[in-house]
This record gives sequence, C-alpha cells and structure tokens, in this order.
Amino acid sequence: MPFDIYLNVAVGGILTGLVYGLMALGLSVIFGVVRVVNFAHGEMMTVAMYIAVTLFSAFHLDPLVMLLPIAAVLGVFGYALQASLINPFITRPEHSQFLLLVAVAIIMVNILLIVFGPDAQNVQVSYAYDSYQIGPLIVDATKAYAAVAALVVAAALFCFFQYTTLGTAIRACADNYHGALVVGLDVKHLYALTFALGAACVGAAGVMLALIVDVTPSIGPAYTLLAFIIVITGGLGSMPGALIGGVLIGLTEAMAGLLFTPSAKSMFSFAILVLVLLFRPQGILGKKVA
Amino acid sequence: MLARLTEGLSGRALILLAVLLVVLAAAPFFAGDYLLTVLILILYFAYVGQAWNIMMGFAGQLSLGHALYVGLGAYTAAALYVHYGIGPWIGLLVAMPIAALAGAFIGYLAFRFKVGGVYFAILTIAFAEFARVGFDHLPFTKGSSGLFLPVAQFKHNDLWHLRGQPVMFYYVLLVATVAAFIGCRALLQSRIGYFWLAIREDEEAARSAGIDTFRYKMIAVVISAAMTSFAGVIYAFYYNNLFPEQVFHISRSIEIILGPIVGGVGTLFGPILGAFVLTGLAESLTEGLHAIGIDIPGAKQVFYGICLLFVIMALPDGVWPWVKRRLGLSERAP
Repeated sequence: MPFDIYLNVAVGGILTGLVYGLMALGLSVIFGVVRVVNFAHGEMMTVAMYIAVTLFSAFHLDPLVMLLPIAAVLGVFGYALQASLINPFITRPEHSQFLLLVAVAIIMVNILLIVFGPDAQNVQVSYAYDSYQIGPLIVDATKAYAAVAALVVAAALFCFFQYTTLGTAIRACADNYHGALVVGLDVKHLYALTFALGAACVGAAGVMLALIVDVTPSIGPAYTLLAFIIVITGGLGSMPGALIGGVLIGLTEAMAGLLFTPSAKSMFSFAILVLVLLFRPQGILGKKVA
Repeated sequence: MLARLTEGLSGRALILLAVLLVVLAAAPFFAGDYLLTVLILILYFAYVGQAWNIMMGFAGQLSLGHALYVGLGAYTAAALYVHYGIGPWIGLLVAMPIAALAGAFIGYLAFRFKVGGVYFAILTIAFAEFARVGFDHLPFTKGSSGLFLPVAQFKHNDLWHLRGQPVMFYYVLLVATVAAFIGCRALLQSRIGYFWLAIREDEEAARSAGIDTFRYKMIAVVISAAMTSFAGVIYAFYYNNLFPEQVFHISRSIEIILGPIVGGVGTLFGPILGAFVLTGLAESLTEGLHAIGIDIPGAKQVFYGICLLFVIMALPDGVWPWVKRRLGLSERAP
C-alpha cells in the first residue's frame, strides 16, 4: 500500500516536472541564443497564468483551448520587449542586463497587483478532479493534459529549430554572432524572434500551470529561480536537457514533499543545483566547454 | 596616515567630502523622526552596497545572494542575545567569521570548479534560498514564526547593547559607512586592489601575469561577506524581529545590489550615491503619490521600476560618473 503512494506522487511529480521543463525551455532558448539571462521569466509566466484565469472566469474559456492564443500573446510581448529594451543591452555587462530585467519584473508584478489584487486565484475546470486509473496508478487528468501539452509544444519547438530555415538562422546567430552578421542575417530581428519563442514557451507553461496551482502576483521570483535550477541542472542551451531537468526537479520536489515536509521541498532542488554545479557544471546534457 | 588617505584627491574633492561629512554628522540635529529613519535606511544601503561592491565592482564576481550574509549576521547576533544574553558587539565577533566561512565555502566551491559569471550568480542565489528554507525549519532560531528581540521603552542609549533610539543607529551606521569607504579606498590602492581590477578586466590575462586568481577572488568574497554580516547585526537590533522569509529573501539581495549598480559599479562613491538616489526616490514616490491621492498598492513600485529603467538606459555606467563630471572631479579631460 505505501508503495502505491510513492508511485502516485512520483508520477504526479514527473507530470508537473514536464510543465516546469517547458517553462525552463523558454529560459534556455533565450539564454542559448541571445545570451541574456531573463530575470523576468517567472513574472512573464505569472502574466500568462492571469490571462488564463481571467479568460476562464469571465468567458468560461478552457485554458487548454486558449493555450496557443495566450502563448502567441506572450510571444508578441516577448518580441516587443527584446526589440525595444533588451537589444540595446546585448553588449552591456551582465549586471546591467540584470538591472534592466529586474526593473521590467518589478513593473510587471506590480501592474498585476494593481489589476488583480493580492488574493490567490485559480481555474476550476469541470475536469479538475477527474483522474485516470491505470492499474495501481491514479493520474490527475489536469496534470496529464498539461504534461502532454508541454511535450507537444516542446516537440514543435525542437522541429522548428531543426528543420526550418528560420530555425537554422537562429541557431547560426547562437553559434557565431559576427558570422551571422557577415552572411547578412538580421540578427536583431532574429534575437527578438527568439525571445518571442522563449516567451511563448513560458506562456504555454503558465497556462497549463494555472490548471495545477493557484496564482498570486508574487509567485514570479520563485518560478524564475526554479527555471534557473532546471536549466542549469539539465544543461544550459540543451533543449532535451531542460525537459529532463524539469522532470528531475519535479520528481525531487514531489518526493521531498512526501518524505519530509512540503515547505522544505525547494531545499532539495537547491541541493541538486549545488551538486550539479560541483560535479557537472555543464549540466546533465550540456556540452563541455573548454 | 592622513597624507596617504588623501593621496590623489584634489582640493576640490577634499572640500566636498568634508562638507558632506559635516552635513551627515549634523543631520540628526535638524532632521525630524521620519527623515532620520529614511537617512538610517540610506546609510544601511550605502554600507551593504559598499560591501557588495568589493566582490562585483572590484573583483568582478556577481553575487546575487548577499542577503545570506546579512541574514547570518542578523541571526547569529540575535540568537546569542536572546538565548545567552551576549551583546551584539561580541555577537559580531562570532557573526563575522560565520559569514566569512559561508562566503569562503561558496567561493571555494565556485572558484575551484571555475564556476563563473551567470552560474556563479545563480549559485549565490541558491545558497541564500537554501538558508531561507533552512532557517524556516530551524527550531533554535524559532523557524518561520520569527525571532524577536526584547523591546522596551529606552530612556537612554546603550551603545554596548545597541538598545536605544534611532539616532544611535544613525551614528553607528554613519561611522560604519565612513569606515567602509576608507577601507575600500585603501584596498583599491593596495596590491590586492590592483590584482582585483586585473581579474575583473580579464581573468585569463591576470592569471598569465602570475596572479593567483583563486586566492584573490577568495579574499574578495571573505572580506565582502564579513563586512555584510555587520549590517545584519545592525538590522537585527534596529528592527528587533527576524523572519527567514524576509531576511534571506531574494528581493533583499536585489535591494542590496540596486544601489551600487545605479550609483556606479566599481566606484567608491557609487554605492553611497545609489543609496541616496534609490531610497530618496522610493520615499518621495510614497509621499508624492499619497499627496495626489493615489493609494493603490503596487502603484509606487510601478513608478519605481520605470525610474530604474530610465536610469539604466540613460546612464549605463551609473549616476556617479555623471555626477563626477558635473562636479568637475573627473581626472580625465572631458
């Protein structure tokens, strides 16, 4: 009997971890190409969560249906952010970029606070308490849908980078900035497009996470940190790495919440981060840099 | 000694420094209660900003987890006082080595394995967050329910136990800020300082020139951490309550580093000017919005964020280099 509990919690953790992975994938794509650490990542996800919650409570639009439209909105926002504010900062030192994105994050969090107030909100879909039973396993329907959607979005992004001309051009910018300029690529536009893709990823992740957790304006920083941990654990710049890191962290948090206390679960994620930085700084799937 | 301290300063700079010091020393005689608390906040941020600047501004190591050292200092001194009645100055002697050890541990882990740049920054956040969750579950310091120092109406100021009115904390912090300023200037003009700058500018080149970069980066972390822990001791005895959720929170670390970045990273006056600019901005926004009748929670922070954006876009090197030119203190011809 106790073994069933472990198994169920583990599966729940893995499914949530896939959504975390998609969120981290956005951060990884942005850093891998633009070389800017998006310190407003969790805040962007919070915005997507609020859009999903509001559309549901006002018009009863199912978040799973609104997944692509909301991701697109975040994408447009990401493009505008990179094109207007971040592009001029690309050659500036890290602390300068950090301050810029912290300022953006402060503005976003507090606009959310003004518009939605400090209280926790959530989405109560009709299938919120549905579950599938597979042998001894009981899987939450919302988590299963969210995880499948995360995998689909991640696969689509992977195909985009691997098989389209635009995706190849973006990878060229990531490999060699000056080389990309020399062959006539519009690097600034491609950077903005990359940021848009990263923002769309985190937007999609936010919509699905709105099915699983409550949202308040102040949850952003915790998710920004979580995304960092996942990306570094999986390997910065590695797309499968982000998903694997997400699953690992989701699983760790779920098991730590079960075996110890839920409030201490993030300690275990940090412990994993420290171990990874010590013994495999390039991450689980990252390439070794000389 | 004095000659060495003032070496390289123009007459004009010396006069301005002296005027500033006199104004700050005399301020409590003219300032009301409200202004005094704002000045205390400014000096607090000027001091920790100076400590952080040693790591980032001098040695080029971006720490985003300085709340860790503030928290360790605060909790060590407060716990010793609450449990054993040990005064804050003795507590400081315990807190500083603890913070320095924590800094050394993080530095050792990171610099041994050549963890640098963004990775190092995130490692520092991770340790601060680790401490936050850890202290939440530490019974000795009352966990998440908070550690409280006994408070009474203080008739007189007891400097030895740091029990007294705000004006005492103001002078303690003023002395600390001046000492930190002088100390940092001395460090910058020393051999260590030149090595730090070399590492900041180009670590590979510094190593090729024979500088033991590991050793000097470690020195920067240890000094910075120990200095920062003093701010924590003051924090504990000024506010009289400590919650891990507040003390170690990432937003505390961000507050600490905004001042030096806005003021000018790597400059001696940047942290001080940045503290004045940012705290002044925050307080005048509070007052200004209140005056025009906007009392929505969050409105002040939105304006604060917008101001930050404009500052970083308009003055990428910070406010101090710009002010310095205006005051005619730049060494280089404009």
